[in-house]
Amino acid sequence: MNNKNKKYLLQSALILSIVSLFIFFATNAQINMSNRGLQFGFGFLNREASFDIQFTLIEYSRSSTYLRAYLVGLLNTILVAFFGIIFATILGVIVGIARLSKNYLINNLASAYVEFFRNLPLLLQLFFWYYAALRVLPLPQDAGEFFFSSYLTIKALYLPALRWENFYVFLTLFIISIFLIIVTKFYTKKIQEKDGTQFPIFLISVAILLILPSLSLIFGFSSFSIEKPELLKLSETTYTFEGGLEIPPEFIALLFALSLYTATFIAECVRAGIEAIGKGQKEAAASLGLNPNLVLKLIVMPQALRVIIPPTTNQYLNLTKNSSLASAIAYPDLALVFAGTALMQTGKAIEIVSMVMFTYLLLSILTSVLMNWYNKKQQITEK
Amino acid sequence: MAKIIELKKVNKWFDKFQVLKDIDLDVSSQEKIVICGPSGSGKSTLIRCINRLEEHQEGNIVVDGTELSENTKNIEKIRAEVGMVFQQFNLFPHLSVLDNCSLAPIWVKKLPKKQAEEIAMNNLKRVQIDDQALKFPGQLSGGQQQRAAIARALCMEPKIMLFDEPTSALDPEMIKEVLDVMVDLAKGGMTMIVVTHEMGFAKEVADYMIFMDEGKIVERAKTKEFFENPKSDRTKLFLSQIL
Repeated sequence: MNNKNKKYLLQSALILSIVSLFIFFATNAQINMSNRGLQFGFGFLNREASFDIQFTLIEYSRSSTYLRAYLVGLLNTILVAFFGIIFATILGVIVGIARLSKNYLINNLASAYVEFFRNLPLLLQLFFWYYAALRVLPLPQDAGEFFFSSYLTIKALYLPALRWENFYVFLTLFIISIFLIIVTKFYTKKIQEKDGTQFPIFLISVAILLILPSLSLIFGFSSFSIEKPELLKLSETTYTFEGGLEIPPEFIALLFALSLYTATFIAECVRAGIEAIGKGQKEAAASLGLNPNLVLKLIVMPQALRVIIPPTTNQYLNLTKNSSLASAIAYPDLALVFAGTALMQTGKAIEIVSMVMFTYLLLSILTSVLMNWYNKKQQITEK
Repeated sequence: MAKIIELKKVNKWFDKFQVLKDIDLDVSSQEKIVICGPSGSGKSTLIRCINRLEEHQEGNIVVDGTELSENTKNIEKIRAEVGMVFQQFNLFPHLSVLDNCSLAPIWVKKLPKKQAEEIAMNNLKRVQIDDQALKFPGQLSGGQQQRAAIARALCMEPKIMLFDEPTSALDPEMIKEVLDVMVDLAKGGMTMIVVTHEMGFAKEVADYMIFMDEGKIVERAKTKEFFENPKSDRTKLFLSQIL
């Protein structure tokens, strides 16, 4: 038998054993389920969930279906992961750069932060923010305004909300301005190639993004009013705020814990990326007459990003998966709502666990695909 | 002849260690100067002060009529006129050889891309690696990389070229191809300051030799005199060791 046939034989044997293992588990589950009188199926998704969820982004009540509950949980997970990734990135980049600072105080503060938050279990940090930090906040009636009619209380963070009229006009203009920026970038590059003129692309982009959407406000095609939270007396001793935007402490604690924890790892990625660019590169660029901004834009960033992006993608995935720790403080994320409450009520363990697993898998794959695409874009010139 | 570089009583310290001591140096346009000396004598630091990659603490440095100091506004303008070639090449690994060369003409001189690439190709031809233009630095040999680095500096059409031990990181058989390019450049009338231990090269092109030790210029002489009749004992000892 030649080598090639041997390989095929081995491969087929492996596939066969995996398939038979899978069939074994499936039939086993089937037998056990039928013994207990359970049936496999997703019909339960259309049944009434009949449980409450404290914090929902879409309309939901006890009489909504399990499918609706799934969507509520999914959106809550996406919400905390989305803002977590944004905050962790901003903080991580700042701290990563601060760790390279020559200023003794800045450098050591950044190092202390990284070493402290990186080395404590995330769950412990979550408990700290939820049970320690946010529990000492004042009651609604005692809370002072801390900025623009915002109130931080033990019950929730109350922010003024924007109530829009014809929001879609504003949104359309916003999307158009993003397209316009891409087009402008393309054409300014063309012009530069042709006659060498350089444009302040960043300033132009900011100007387009600010001016175009605000035209819809100036000409009254869309408008908004600010709704401030007002203190409301419920009974002799209990007060609450009405109106505005209410952000529950579970969300704040989870967002804080996830961002502060993940930012330490991102900071290390950023630091490693910048340190990977040798002093010689900057000196060579400077000796050609490039100013410090151009050195950063043309030489340091393109090389540093290649080192930074892949490990940072891992951190984004970690943050998304770690958001399932929400169960510990009762933030109604996908894991708690669906793999918790809904599973308990329906007993549809296999269906629900596999649905939740596939959902997290899908979220992770989407994040990786997006980051891989960005990474490819950065590396496009490397052969 | 007009002095294009003038150093007067330049002193420099790294923390408490003095690396340059009372350096006086004049360079006229089109002059070629070779600086040699033992390692740690301040040769590299001296030429790095000329395009202000290093800052001096005392004395004056005037390059092409502009004094270099903390207040020098357009240091980039001076640097654009002073090309520099490093021991470690320092090509930009994420750009092709052609892009390495056209980068500064595009962004500093604000030339159209086509024109910048023409200049780049001409200079790559001059150092005989125009056939490697689309490759990336990592795909070239050490000698080719250093020639590409020379071409990159030439693309800015500098008035002065500084060479900081350009052949020290090269394999012996690649040294010659780089030195040939430098000899060519010297014959073309470029003002050059070269830190090197390649004494054959020095004898062929240098107008003046400078010998440095412990941060001081120990000897400055015409090339022939320097090799045939060195004045200081320190120079004699050094030459006897490397020749």
